Amino acid sequence: MKHHAQKLLVLALLIGLWELVARMGVWSPHLLPRPLTVAQSLVAMVADGRLVGAAGRSLGRLLRAYLMSVTLGVPLGLLISRIPFFRNAVKPVVMGLQALPSICWLPLALLWFGLTDGAILFVVVMGSVLGIAIATEDSVNGVDPQLTRVASTLGVRGLRFHFGVLLPAALPGIVTGLKLGWSFAWRALLAGELLFVSGGLGQLLTVGRELMDVPQVMAVMVAIVIIGTAVDRVLFQTVEVRLRRRWGLTATT
Amino acid sequence: MLRALLGRWRSSLRLLQPAHVGAERAKISVARLDHEYANKVVALQNVDLNVRSGEFVCLLGPSGCGKSTLLYALAGHVVPTGGSVSIDRQPIHGPGPDRLLMFQEAALFPWLTVRGNITFALAARGVPRAERRERADTYIQRVHLGGFEDTLPHQLSGGMKMRASLARALAVDPAVLLMDEPFGSLDAQTRIHMQELLQSIWVRTGKTVVFVTHDVHEALMLGTRVVLMAPRPGRVVRDLEVHLPMPRQPEDAALNEMVRHVGRLLREVEGRAHTRSLQPAPTRAPAQPVLRPQVIPGP
Ligand SMILES: Nc1ncnc2c1ncn2[C@@H]1O[C@H](COP(=O)(O)OP(=O)(O)O)[C@@H](O)[C@H]1O
Ligand SMILES: [Mg+2]
Repeated sequence: MKHHAQKLLVLALLIGLWELVARMGVWSPHLLPRPLTVAQSLVAMVADGRLVGAAGRSLGRLLRAYLMSVTLGVPLGLLISRIPFFRNAVKPVVMGLQALPSICWLPLALLWFGLTDGAILFVVVMGSVLGIAIATEDSVNGVDPQLTRVASTLGVRGLRFHFGVLLPAALPGIVTGLKLGWSFAWRALLAGELLFVSGGLGQLLTVGRELMDVPQVMAVMVAIVIIGTAVDRVLFQTVEVRLRRRWGLTATT
Repeated sequence: MLRALLGRWRSSLRLLQPAHVGAERAKISVARLDHEYANKVVALQNVDLNVRSGEFVCLLGPSGCGKSTLLYALAGHVVPTGGSVSIDRQPIHGPGPDRLLMFQEAALFPWLTVRGNITFALAARGVPRAERRERADTYIQRVHLGGFEDTLPHQLSGGMKMRASLARALAVDPAVLLMDEPFGSLDAQTRIHMQELLQSIWVRTGKTVVFVTHDVHEALMLGTRVVLMAPRPGRVVRDLEVHLPMPRQPEDAALNEMVRHVGRLLREVEGRAHTRSLQPAPTRAPAQPVLRPQVIPGP
């Protein structure tokens, strides 16, 4: 309860500060609208369905790309940690490409896929799959050697070992990696959507800029923050906490 | 008074006699076993040990005398650099379904319930699905964990975890149970309970057990045989049969007399190892190129 009160306090202070600066009139109200104007713009965009439609399209895209990233990234991480060839030859490539900001893939994506959804999906996948693979590899490497030893003495081998011991043992770490991958994907998505007619939240930002509608730009930014936080808190945080509790990794019992 | 003490001492010696087990009658046969780790530590040197079927053998010795290494060699987790280990006269190649190793930690799979841990192990051993649950519950009862079938490991106390681990080990029904200081991390009270439990289970099932401990009392409480080991290099110095009836009581006078006797032997051994280590170590001329030790990785 106290936590929430503190959070609300800081939020209120920030908005108050914003209001104050806006009122001082240093910048034109076109460039720095008051919080209320932004809120009104947000409500209007929700009411006329623009925001909901755009968010739906963005999230749909994100979901598809993210699922692809997970289905590629987790097995890739597993391979890197378990098979020497992958560790020696593939891992350096993955690490190298990981250093590339995801938006750098966009020109290539546009040339390969044209102005399509495919281009954005490609950028998002490239932005998150490597991070997920590395996090998976890390958590599989970090699995308690005691568990692999007991698996071996119990005669747990092959697929049963990989899917019944290694993956569950690494799961808390992998979920943390997936959370990270999700935030990478979210960034990559918006960066990609900004750059061409995409119908998503990114385009809504671009349109706002083109119309010089600062309240719209800010309202969309607020929406992006809210959606991002909600998915992170509600979805990943919950899964992570539940998982850690079941695995006995938290002090609370 | 003195005579009474002396008499007791004598009788304790009579109850504690050198073991002579020939390889031909042995379930487990270890012959001229050497093991040198990659860092040149000679963990085992020229170890001979024969274990009959149904024996409860305690490997006893100070820390670092190669008890775990010997046990892991029996389990097939360590490939020794010299000598041989055979079970039923067959040389072993890595871990096998006839043997099961238990560690100081319960090493339960934390995401599985007590029952889940057992059924998972049974599945790996090819037990048909229909039988797994019933068999799991039977062994959960046997270690007195009834009512905790659906509990997760982190919700159990240390002793209960160990009992769950024991149930899992017994459920897969290996011919040989190898235990590496399984009760070493438990408090004294719980440890006594676990010893009594293990003993009653052993009396009932007649399994062959090799049990590592550095606790003299524990070794004499449980073992039908106590194998004393000494460090640097790790070797067997005494092999004694314990002629005390089962079940044994921790406070039993004869038992405690024996504990003192073996404790003295052990100190003697350690003292000798200590003085020897003060002298320049005898250099072992390698007659053959030193073999790299191999440790079998997990599956
Ligand atoms: N993996 C290893 N690598 C190198 N040296 C080891 C390893 N394991 C054990 N040793 C050494 O081998 C000796 C015997 O160890 P161990 O068998 O664990 O003894 P114990 O179980 O009796 O305490 C010790 O000196 C120890 O330091
Ligand atoms: Mg040890």
